[in-house]
Order: sequence, then C-alpha cells, then structure tokens
Amino acid sequence: MNIIGLYNYWIVVVLMLIGFFIVIAHENLIKKLVGLSIFQTSVFFLYISMGKVAGATAPILDENYQLYSNPLPHVLILTAIVVGIATTAMGLALVVRIYEAYGSIEESDIQVQDNNDRLEDYLEAYGRKNDTHLFNQDKDE
Amino acid sequence: MTAHFPILQVIIPLLAAPLCLFIRIPRIVGIFAILVSATAFFISCSLLQEVVTGGTLSYQLGGWAAPWGIEYRIDKLNGYLLLLVSGISTIVLVAAQTSISKELPENRHTFFYTAYLLCLTGLLGILATADAFNLFVFLEISALSSYTLIAIGTDRRALTASYQYLVMGTIGATFIIIGVGLMYMMTGTLNMYDLAERLPAVYESKTVLSAFGFFIVGVCLKLALFPLHLWLPNAYAYAPSITTAFLAATSTKVAVYVLIRYIFSIFGIEFVDMSLPLGDIFLFLGLTGIFVASVAAIYQLNIKRLFAYSSVAQIGYIILGLAIETELGLTATLLHLFNHALMKAAIFLAIGAVVYRIGSAQLSHYAGLGKKMPWTMAAIVAGGLSLIGVPLTVGFVSKWYLVVALLDKGWWPVAVLVLISSLIAVIYVWRVVEWIYLTPPRIITDEIKEAPMSQLIPIWILVLANIYFGVDTRLTVGVSKLAAQSLFGVN
Repeated sequence: MNIIGLYNYWIVVVLMLIGFFIVIAHENLIKKLVGLSIFQTSVFFLYISMGKVAGATAPILDENYQLYSNPLPHVLILTAIVVGIATTAMGLALVVRIYEAYGSIEESDIQVQDNNDRLEDYLEAYGRKNDTHLFNQDKDE
Repeated sequence: MTAHFPILQVIIPLLAAPLCLFIRIPRIVGIFAILVSATAFFISCSLLQEVVTGGTLSYQLGGWAAPWGIEYRIDKLNGYLLLLVSGISTIVLVAAQTSISKELPENRHTFFYTAYLLCLTGLLGILATADAFNLFVFLEISALSSYTLIAIGTDRRALTASYQYLVMGTIGATFIIIGVGLMYMMTGTLNMYDLAERLPAVYESKTVLSAFGFFIVGVCLKLALFPLHLWLPNAYAYAPSITTAFLAATSTKVAVYVLIRYIFSIFGIEFVDMSLPLGDIFLFLGLTGIFVASVAAIYQLNIKRLFAYSSVAQIGYIILGLAIETELGLTATLLHLFNHALMKAAIFLAIGAVVYRIGSAQLSHYAGLGKKMPWTMAAIVAGGLSLIGVPLTVGFVSKWYLVVALLDKGWWPVAVLVLISSLIAVIYVWRVVEWIYLTPPRIITDEIKEAPMSQLIPIWILVLANIYFGVDTRLTVGVSKLAAQSLFGVN
C-alpha cells in the first residue's frame, strides 16, 4: 500500500479531524467557527487532489500538451468555498449578536444564563411558593 | 413556456428574493412574496398533473445534455413534495403578514421575506434537481437562509439556537459533500441517474461504502434523526412563529426526500442491503427517537418546544417506514411526510396566532385561553388529535398504513410499540388541552381577543386539509403509492 504517495489524502483526514475536534472541544464560539472552517477546508483539499491527473498540465488547450487535469472538481470546489465563506460570515454575525445579548461568547456562560431563564419559566408555571428550594439552589450557584 | 416549468419553479423565488430588497415597503413586499409563492404553487400543481398523467419530466439546463449539463427531473416523488412545499409556504406566508408585525421589528420585515423566499428556493431546488452537487448548493441556500430566519426574531435564545443549528447543519452539509466527492471519484459523474447506472460496477469498492456512510450521517443530521436532533428543539422553540411553522412543515421533509432519493434512486436498495444493516439501524433509531422525544415532549413548559419534540418523534415514524424496506413501508413514509407537514403547519400557525395576541409561547400563559380564543385553540386541538392518530384525521391514515406495513412484514412487536407510542402522544396533547380548557386563567385576559381573520383563515385551511385528507385519501395515498412503486420499479 502506497502510504506516502497518498500524502494529500492524509492531509485531508488530519485536517478534518483537527477541525472536528476544535468544534467539539472548544467552548469559545469563535474558536468553534475556526474549527468549522478548517473542517470545511479539508474537503476543498479532497476535491482538488481528486482532479489531479498524474503528469498532466493545467486544463488550457495547447498544441504542446495532450494530457490535462480534470477542471470540474476545481470548479465545484469554488462553489463550496463561496458557501464556506457565507457560512463563516453568518456564524460570525451570529456571534456578534450573541455577545451583544449575553455579554459573553463562552458556551458555558451562555448556558447558565439560558438555564436561569428556563428556571424562571418553570417557577412561573408551577408557582413560586412551593418551589422556593429550587430558587435558593439557583442563588447558591 | 410550460416546457420551462421545472426550472421556473426554482428561478422565480430566487429572482424575487433580491427584488424584495428593492421594493422595501414591508406591506408590499409581503404581498409580493405571497404572489411569488403562489406562482410556484400553481407551477407545481401543473407539474404534478403532467407527471402523473404523462410520466417523468426531464429538463436540461441551458440546453446542455444530461451527464455534462445539469438536469432537472420531476417524477412522481418530487412532484408530490414540490406541491407540498410550495403549498404550505403560500399558506404560511398569508398568515405571516400580521404575525411578523408583532414578532419582528419593522426594519427587519423586508429581510425576513427575502430570507424566506431564498429558503423556499433552496427547498424547491433540492427537490427539482437531478444533479448531486447542485443539490448540495441548494441545501446550503436553504440552510443559510433558515439560520437567518431563526435568528431574526427578538428572543436572544434564538441566536444560540441558530448558532447551534449552523454548526451542526454545516457539519451535515460537509459530510454530504464528502460523500458526493467520493462518488464522483469512483464514477466521474454527478448526474443522479448516470450515477445510478455507473455505481453498480464499483459496488465492492471501499470508497463507495465510505461515500454512502458520510452521506447517510450528513442527511440524518439535516433531517434531525434521533440522536442527531439536538439542534431542532431550540431552533423551533425560539424562532419567530412563522419561521417555525414553515421549517417544521418543510425543511426536515425535504431532507427525508434526499435520503429516499439517494437510497432508492442512486445507490439502490441492493447495495444498501449488502453494505450496511441500514434497516436495523433505522428501526432502532426510529423507535428510540419516537419514545425518547415523545417522553421529552411531555415535560416541556414552552408549547413550541413541546411540539418541536413531537416533530422529532414524528421523524421517527417516517424513518420507521423506511426501515421496513418494502413498497408498503415506503408508501407509509411518503404519506406521513405529507400528513405530518399538514399537522405541524396548522399547529405552529395556531401557536403563532396566540403569540400574536398574548406575546408568549409559555404553556402556563395559555391557561383559560379556550374561552378567549376558541377557534385558534380548536385548531391546536385538531392538530393534536391528528398527531395522536385519531380516525378522520390525516394522522390516522398514515399510522394505519404504517401499522399495516409493519404487520405485512411480520414485525408485530414493532406495530405494538407504535400503538403504545401513540398513547404517549395522548399524554402530551392532553397536557396542552388541560392548560387551555381546564385551568383557570392566571393573567388578566380582558383585552385578549380571538386571532385576526388573516391568521384564522390560513390556520383553518390547514385544519380542514387535515380532516379532508383524513377522509378522502385518493390524492395522498394514490400519489404515495405510485411514487413508492416507481422507486421500487427502478431497481
């Protein structure tokens, strides 16, 4: 099995896992988006290396060359790059608004605030008197 | 003109979306959006009629022949779903006119309609296209615009919900594009029907197997199959009500379509059988999803979140139909796809009408509303009965077909479980009924009136459709059967 010769695919796999790991492991919303971008970029590599034909040149018609690389995957991935940019921009815009609304971009901070909101809803639905212990627990935190 | 219908269906909303930004006056933009969506609806009606009588339509974009150019192909399956998506979208837009005036600040109305039309474009495009990469592009158009539609409201929790959906949705879409890339690698084509012809030659290859794996996981993220559903409850609960009604009725259904299309038309059921125990996986995840999500629904305080969990459970039934891997099972899946869209659109629009009047989706605020808003509440209850599967509603029809398909396959324990799960649905629907009719009002409700006509009419059109298609099943069952037959016929 040709392991070194397939180095471009190794790069794809390693980048993909790095990106995926960042998305899962990091609390910071911006870092998550960085991970997501790396994850998407790995797929660009996959497509680009797929189009390469050994010993072939760029697909521009010329009398001196007979063998050309496949341009289609490259064109496809241009579209995917645009999609990736749109996704990152959208994500960053959301993070800006999240920061304005919560005053934090750490996932755990946001979760605490959301949970407090939910507790308020609970107390409102089932009455405050009977559930003071729940309310106190919240204060202790 | 009619020859260009397959593409016009997608192009009209796409071109209309940026036009909204030029019109700018919110009221006119709203009416414009209804007209655009209604046009798409009429086109899809005529397409479905043509497909049912005359067979599959194929349209070559720009006149480029199929494997090289992009092909749009309308058959019974996607003709049926195009009708559903454009129809629901039109009805929801009618209710949107008044609903968003309460839920969104004035300066965001135009953006809302723009994003809505883009989302519609994406969904219709996914359905119409026969090109695997084109499908990915439309998937992203619809996904990006739905992130906007969710986050556009004023509830801050919608922002985190939208962010979560963005991360998970992008991972799903990236998995799908990896799958498409690996298939292209092995076959050198992106056209779905060309792929179907060339894939059998490379069935043994590990690349095709991993393409299939990536693809299935990606699509299951998009359609919120348990346990990949985590983005869904918050996104539905905190988005503006109109967004919820539209997305709940259409976007997961379109993702299920993609799954069906790939399994049956591209990879073929034989490949699926020999490569992965997909039927068993779907059976297990579908059933667990039904029970876990239904039980979770019981404990929700927010009525939108409650019905969002119920959506996850309903997706379980849809997937269960696929797991049976017979023509009857597929018919049940397609029926439930259509029927669930009708129920959820009606329920979420009715909730939207309540939010319009009382400004809240907290179940406790619904106390005593049964007397104040009788028509809206009756609509929620009718939708709830349909979710349970009471006879004379659409829910009964699809559950009936599902149970028949299960018994036909000999899986009677599963059929029993499906019936038991309906009882859990009774519990969560009963909780809603209890708050609405049996709890004394908690807030001073003198100024609360029945919802405005502009919302009641669309809601009741959907409720009546729920009952009509529960009694007269010729259209839904007929087309579902034809579509299921043609999907099994291909292989």
